[in-house]
This record gives sequence, structure tokens and C-alpha cells, in this order.
Amino acid sequence: MRIALFITCFNDTLFPDTGKAVVRILERLGHTVEFPEAQTCCGQMHFNTGYRADAMPLVAGFVRTFGEYDAVVTPSASCAGMVRENHPVLAGRYGPDRLRREVGELVPKVHEFTEFLTDVLKVTDVGAAFAHRVAYHPTCHSLRGLRLGDRPGRLLRAVRGLELVDLERPDSCCGFGGTFAVKNAATSAAMLADKTSEVTATGADVLCAADNSCLMHIGGGLSRQGSAVRTMHLAEILAATEGDAR
Amino acid sequence: MSGRMDGRGVVFLGSPAFPEAARTALGDTRLRTNLRRVTTTIRDKRLRVTGELDDWEALRATGEAIKRRTLRHLPFYLEQLEESVTRAGGVVHWAANAAEANRIVTELVRATGEREVVKIKSMATQEIGLNEALAEAGIAAYETDLAELIVQLADDRPSHILVPAIHKNRTQIRDLFATEMARWGRPAPEGLADDPAALAEAARLHLREKFLRAKVAVSGANFACADTGTVTVVESEGNGRMCLTLPGTLITVMGIEKVVPTWRDLEVFLQLLPRSSTGERMNPYTSTWTGVTPGDGPHTFHLVLLDNGRSDTLADTVGRQVLNCIRCSACLNVCPVYERTGGHAYGSVYPGPIGAVLTPQLVGVEHAASLPFASTLCGACYDACPVKIDIPQVLTHLRAEVVEAKRAGSRLPSPESLAMKAATAVLISPARLGYAQRAAALGGRLLARRGRIGRLPGPFRGWSDSRDTPAPPTESFRTWWRKNREGEQE
Repeated sequence: MRIALFITCFNDTLFPDTGKAVVRILERLGHTVEFPEAQTCCGQMHFNTGYRADAMPLVAGFVRTFGEYDAVVTPSASCAGMVRENHPVLAGRYGPDRLRREVGELVPKVHEFTEFLTDVLKVTDVGAAFAHRVAYHPTCHSLRGLRLGDRPGRLLRAVRGLELVDLERPDSCCGFGGTFAVKNAATSAAMLADKTSEVTATGADVLCAADNSCLMHIGGGLSRQGSAVRTMHLAEILAATEGDAR
Repeated sequence: MSGRMDGRGVVFLGSPAFPEAARTALGDTRLRTNLRRVTTTIRDKRLRVTGELDDWEALRATGEAIKRRTLRHLPFYLEQLEESVTRAGGVVHWAANAAEANRIVTELVRATGEREVVKIKSMATQEIGLNEALAEAGIAAYETDLAELIVQLADDRPSHILVPAIHKNRTQIRDLFATEMARWGRPAPEGLADDPAALAEAARLHLREKFLRAKVAVSGANFACADTGTVTVVESEGNGRMCLTLPGTLITVMGIEKVVPTWRDLEVFLQLLPRSSTGERMNPYTSTWTGVTPGDGPHTFHLVLLDNGRSDTLADTVGRQVLNCIRCSACLNVCPVYERTGGHAYGSVYPGPIGAVLTPQLVGVEHAASLPFASTLCGACYDACPVKIDIPQVLTHLRAEVVEAKRAGSRLPSPESLAMKAATAVLISPARLGYAQRAAALGGRLLARRGRIGRLPGPFRGWSDSRDTPAPPTESFRTWWRKNREGEQE
């Protein structure tokens, strides 16, 4: 199986450690990971903000870059959702027949990272150790978009030393929503304030999720409030082992 | 805050764009406490009564399928409805827009010689601003639904589809009754307390006088069966039953999408609606009537079929699913944005997620351009919708239409569209992305203190008011990969 990592432009630029963690875990499980360097962005921001024409070259680029692989793995639920749900919409409405066909063939091979572990590789214990109190935030795209369900929870509960604690109102949005947080900053901040107080109430050391964008939002709020809670992509937790000083 | 409408209806006059209106609403801490309490209560009730049905998902799918079939053949079913209603002794009127509907209803009331009507809670008549149109013709329209009565006494706007006075608490309502009821009819009892029973009793006495005097009633409709001509109103308080049975003349204003093919279809919707709406297995009052029956109920029945943007909505292959809506308001109660801002911020008769997708389609995206962006696309509304309207999908579809309308309406590209173009230019090329990452890392280091960036300028100021931004790392993932891994692959 030829596995390609789709790091996403956001993680590539701001959260490279998440990509390193994915590579580390997959290699630990005995797989080889490739990083096609032609990759850039799935076009989520353009699509969600209404700039569909500007997203089209990115859809075509995505297909060109990843078409040849057996599996495309991405540590972002929202980018996986963008490819899975909206690339077919864009290709179907604006693209030529060939692109429509290629998107149709590629989409089933694109996996969000926790899905790839539990559904394709069929593992829940990835040999991780992380002795901390951890809360998991099911992001909207994880929960209602991809329907990841208990997959992240199963992976986290198999981590040695990890104590998993529940958030109150786990299904409520943190208020990020991409450009929503800029266009509707005040409403977004009101949602964020509720989320950060729910995070703080758990007494967790670390808040994790399957998407760094929501974590950047919640983490940005926690940091501004001077909170000691750290935010980490759950891949970084699953990559950690006994030897790591964390 | 008065309820004066724009000429097309649907949107209130003088409403600021959503972000601005929301900012004002967010400052009202009492409103936020009310909203959180009420939406959470209804949300939990809904989850209980939908969770107890094994076939809930099948019911949703069936409801959606019936609606989709009806909309596909809408002209056929509407003509069938007209025939059935006429056969049963009713009179059907067709109104292309708000002004036409208002004119029809006004003339019908005038023809009776009456100067007042009693009203059942109705979104369609609110959409067209009927009360204001009647007032201009010297006809008083009395709202008889408790919450609508509260809104009317306060000369306010409704802020929720199901609970229009969700933004008021009982002390405010007591004060309102004590000062305003006398202007409209029977005054509130002396020394009125603010407990729910006392308030309900005051409303009952005030309204009873109107029910017994009224010769004309105006209602909306939840459903109308094309095969029998039967019209249905679903309610909780019984005021609707009074309006539907006591006055001699009944005028019903109904959006054209409310037609269902057959009487049997009600079986599906009368399960979906109350469970999604009030979180009850069944609502207390379901009234159905078929034309007129001599000696029983109104002797004259008029049905006004309202288009007002619905045909245009139907023409949009993505947007038309919004016409599935049965006005249950489940999407409002689960929406994290609505929960914080309340309904007034939307500036529309239809607030919340459904308002954000319905309003721009009814009045044109250029007249409600901020609404499709009033969502994080979290998807809670889609999960809750009993007729499976994919609201996030319609939202992104309408966002594209807003962008298109702005592009068409201006000779100069907006700063945002330039930024998006620039982003694409960078993102189609891995090399350019690499340069941009190095520039961001450098810029970030200049702005950051201890790895965090505090204040940001321009459009990002709102973001940085309550969030720190992480400084970009010195090395992107692709740089790390090239340095450390590339050789190993070959």
C-alpha cells in the first residue's frame, strides 16, 4: 500500500509537529509514508467563503498530486471533509468530465488520520504512552461531518498512562468556523468563552482534537486567559512513547 | 424596536448587517442567559422524544421524500388544492408577492365591513407584514398567541419562530401587561403578579373579550392536503381553535410550499413537527378544516396562496430544499450562533439557521448578504432538521452567490476577493507556498512574544481581541521533510 501524507497547508505552515507525529506513528506500525511535495491546499477556505472559482485550481492540483496513491492520510478532519464532500460538488458543477471522474476515484482513498488507523489499519493501540489528564474536543467536522464517533476515544483510551476526561457539551462548536472567526469575531468569541471555561472545568493538562484549526482557536483563547492547559493534535499524543520527555 | 417590514416583506426595515447587530445583542447578558436556558431545555426535550422512536430516521427520510416530490410537482398539487378547496366551499386567491397578499386580505376584511380581526400565530402573515398593512387600512389585527400578544403589546419584533418572546422574561412581561393591555382592550388585573399562572390568566381575560367579539379571523397554515382541500393548524394554547371556530369569516394565508399531496401524508408530519418543535409527542391542539360546513364554524373561508420569492427559490437546484421547511425551529435551538445572539440580530422574520438560508432566497442575496456568513458551518442544524435540509450545503452555496453578486455589482474587486485570488496564486504552487511560509515565519518572529502573537491589525483585529495566535515555526513541515527525509525515499 502506497501511503501519501496530506499534511494540509495549515499544518505545514503552523503545526509541522503534527505531520512529524503522523509519520512517526505510521512508521512505528511498519508502514512507509510518502510526502508528495507538489501538495498544497484543499481549497476549504475558498469554498467556505464563497470563492468557488478560486478553489477549482486547488481541486485539480489535489487530484494531480494524490491520484496515484492507494491511500491519502490527513491529520485534519475538516480538510478530509472538504475533499470528501465538496471536491465532488465543485468538480461536478464546474469541472470537466475527466476531473469529475478522477475526483470520484480519489475521494474513497482519502482518510482522516484516526479513521485510517482504526478502519484501514485496524489498530487502536499504537504503542503510545502519555501520562497526562487529557480532554478530547470532537470538532464539528469530526463529529457531524466525518462521523468519527468513538474512533479518537478508542485510540486515546489505549494510550498508556493517559487519563481521558469528558467535556461538558462536547458537541458544541468552539466558534472558529474559518473566516467566521474574522467576519463575526464577537459572536465567535462568545462561543469560545464558553468552550474555554468548559475545558478549564475538566482539570485537564492537555486538550486534543483531530483538527489543529479548532485547537488554534481554543488554544488562542486559553493562552490569552493565561491558562496552563496545552492544546495538542491527538496525533502528537499517539506519537508519544515512554522515552519521551513530555 | 418596531416590527416595520421592508416592502418585500421578510426583512425588517433598518436592520444592520449580522455582525454588527450580533455585537449589540451579545452585550445583553440577560438575553444570553434566557436564550441559553430556553434553547437548552427545548433541545433536551427534543432529543428525548426523537430518541424514543425506533423509526425516527425513517420518518425524517419519509418527510423529506414527500416534500421533495411535492416540490417537483408543485404546480400540479397547488391546482389540485385549489380545486379541492373550491369544491368544499372555500375561495382560493393567488398572491405573487407580499403587497398582493396584503391587498387581497385587506379587501376581504373590508368587504365584511369589520374593522378588526383576530389572528393565529402565523409566519406567513408576519413575512408579508400583514398587521401593518391592515393598520394602514384602519383595521386592527389582534395577535392571540400568548407570545405574539407579548410581542405586539411591546411593539417589538419576534425573535424565535416557535417562542417569539424568548428574549423577554416574566418580570418584563408582567410590566408590559400592566401598562399596555389597557391600550388594546381589557386591562390587566390590579396588582398583577409575575408568576406564569397569573400572567396566563391576564392574557386569557384580555383575549376572551376579543374572541367573543371577532367576526373575522386570520390564520396561517402548517399543511394543506391537495386531495381533500383540508387545511391544518398545529398549536399549543387553544387560541387558534377559538379563532378557527368562532368568527364567521376565516382568511388563511399560506406559503405555496405548505401543500402536501394527501391527507395520509399528515401522519408523517404530525409526528415530525411537534417532536422537533416543542419536544412533545403530540401538540395539544391540531385543527383541520375542509372548506365550510353550514352551521359549524366559519360560513366563509378564503385561502390566500403566497409565492413571495418561493418560485425563485424553487428554481435553484441547491437552494430549493429549503422549501422543505415545516417551521419547527429545531435548527434555532441547536444553533451555537443563535444561542449567543438571539433572533433579532438576523433582521428577518426567519432567524437562526433556517433564516440564514431562507431569507436571502426570498428577498435576493444582495438584500441579506451577511446572513449566509452567520454560521460556523458546524452542522448541528442539519442533524436536527426533521426534513433533512442540508443547511451547511445551502449556506456555502449562497455564500458563493453573495460573492458573485458583489462582483457583478462593483467595478472594483473587493479586498477580500483580491486576498482570495492572491491565496490561490500562492497555493497552486508548492514553491510559492514555501516562500510564503518563510516570509510568515520571519514576520511571525517579529510580532511574537514568547511564541505568541497578541494584537493583529486590520480585519484580524476582532480575532486578536480575545485570542493569541501562535507564531509560525521557523521550519515548515515541507522544509523539515526535505532536510531529513527526502534522501531516504529514493
